Amino acid sequence: MDKTINQKAWFLVLPVFLVVAFSAILPLMTVVNYSMQDTFGNNQFFWNGVGWFKELLDPSTDLGGRFLASLGRNLLFSAIILAIEVPLGIVVALSMPRDGWSVAACLVILALPLLIPWNVVGTIWQIFGRPDIGLLGYTLNSLGINYNYVSNEFDAWATVIVMDVWHWTSLVALLCYAGLKSIPDAYYQAAQIDGASRWAVFTAIQLPKMNRVLLIAVLLRFMDSFMIYTEPFVVTGGGPGNSTTFVSIELVKIALGQFDLGKAAALSLVYNLIILIVCWVFYTVMTNAGAERPVKQGAE
Amino acid sequence: MHSIPGRRIILVSFLIFLLLPIYWLVNMSFKTNAEIVSTMTLWPHQPTLENYKRIFTDESWYSGYINSLTYVLINTVISIAVALPAAYGFSRYRFLGDKHLFFWLLSNRMAPAAVYALPFFNLYSAINLFDTPWAVALAHCIFNVPLAVWILEGFVSGVPREIDETAFLDGYSFPRFFIKILVPLIASGIGVAAFFCFMFSWVELLLARTLTSVNAKPISAIMTRTVSAAGMDWGLLAAAGVLTIIPGALVIWFVRNYIARGFALGRV
Repeated sequence: MDKTINQKAWFLVLPVFLVVAFSAILPLMTVVNYSMQDTFGNNQFFWNGVGWFKELLDPSTDLGGRFLASLGRNLLFSAIILAIEVPLGIVVALSMPRDGWSVAACLVILALPLLIPWNVVGTIWQIFGRPDIGLLGYTLNSLGINYNYVSNEFDAWATVIVMDVWHWTSLVALLCYAGLKSIPDAYYQAAQIDGASRWAVFTAIQLPKMNRVLLIAVLLRFMDSFMIYTEPFVVTGGGPGNSTTFVSIELVKIALGQFDLGKAAALSLVYNLIILIVCWVFYTVMTNAGAERPVKQGAE
Repeated sequence: MHSIPGRRIILVSFLIFLLLPIYWLVNMSFKTNAEIVSTMTLWPHQPTLENYKRIFTDESWYSGYINSLTYVLINTVISIAVALPAAYGFSRYRFLGDKHLFFWLLSNRMAPAAVYALPFFNLYSAINLFDTPWAVALAHCIFNVPLAVWILEGFVSGVPREIDETAFLDGYSFPRFFIKILVPLIASGIGVAAFFCFMFSWVELLLARTLTSVNAKPISAIMTRTVSAAGMDWGLLAAAGVLTIIPGALVIWFVRNYIARGFALGRV
């Protein structure tokens, strides 16, 4: 990329900087401020230094125990849904029809779950999984499987995971499909002449072409599953017990439920820091991957 | 050639898996509550439009849709307007701190809404925007502006530099070049970016709910309130849910040809 150096470009990005800074930096300052203080209501604040942070990272305290437990659950959840959604998304992308009206139809159906408000996604699965009025719950129970996501931890987890797969696999599939579409036909013809096997075509042509979009997919899926709030909150409310209480749910409980501003702010900062680190790792990998292989087939 | 064995079966079963829960919601929205609770029916035996009628005639319900659409549209316009010049800047020039700025933007796209709920509440209360569509629209900028910059940067980079140079040689001023030449060239990119801003603002609930109380309450928040009320009105809930799916479905239809590339953020 031969970009020219021009400091005046700052004027072009200034509006974006101002808008995002207003929404990001100002509130973050409040959070930093709160994280060092304790409040007993009445708008009275007391200096607490790094007390909350110490508590947060110490599993023997109430706050630390809750935070670390929800963090563990959240990481497990992210790992499971990535392990399901990425391969499934690739398979679906590979199964897409090549041309004709069915392509548009498939794309529209695939994109549909992505445009449903998150709490409605929760509502849909809440209804769908209920043993009394939901198709899924009713069918499973009449097959003799005792399924109830409200009282059984395993069922609750299964429901939340299946719901996320339902909600977001399409994103991975659409990204991969876009990557596949950019492969020129000549590549396949060459592979055919060479007598390449189906598997060889996949590993030598299709997977390398999907590399970049797969990276975006993994980044987006990891981040969004790591900050998941609305869907599990609507379906299980974080229960039964605390079994599906993820970090965001725990945070909102502390911040808006108990109004423990200091604790919530400290948790927010640590949470944000984790996300920033993961984001940075992905960003570095992504820009390096882009630099190693200059865009050959261009952005058609 | 890029197909795999048994692809039809895989694809069809996946699509059915996607549609089944939605079908169930639609099915329920046409049933009476008596039918929902008493029997298990695969299609409504006594179809009724009562649930929809209640939503369309009760202001506390339909105003929710208007509120939601208002802040979504404001947000989309702001996001695209500020992101366009920035995308051009990032795509064409190197400047002090460009990579850091880009990363910082990206990291805001990833910031959990839960972290910002409370500080946003304080911030927008302090500047008297609480409970207006502007508060939600501005709050949603935190993830939509970076996303729009990211998508548009990909599309702008697809426009050859020679076009800029020729235009400037022909005596176009920068604003004129931008509006007359660049914007039409990346029209599909703008469409895709607008689609994504619409989408992420439309589906978000936590911030929208925290920043509104009465006047600007979004439909998704109105739905949660009704759920917690005594006695579940399943049919009404389902009908409200179906109505939130429709705007999304319409928008998808318009951008269906660009959707795949759009999801790749313009960088395939």
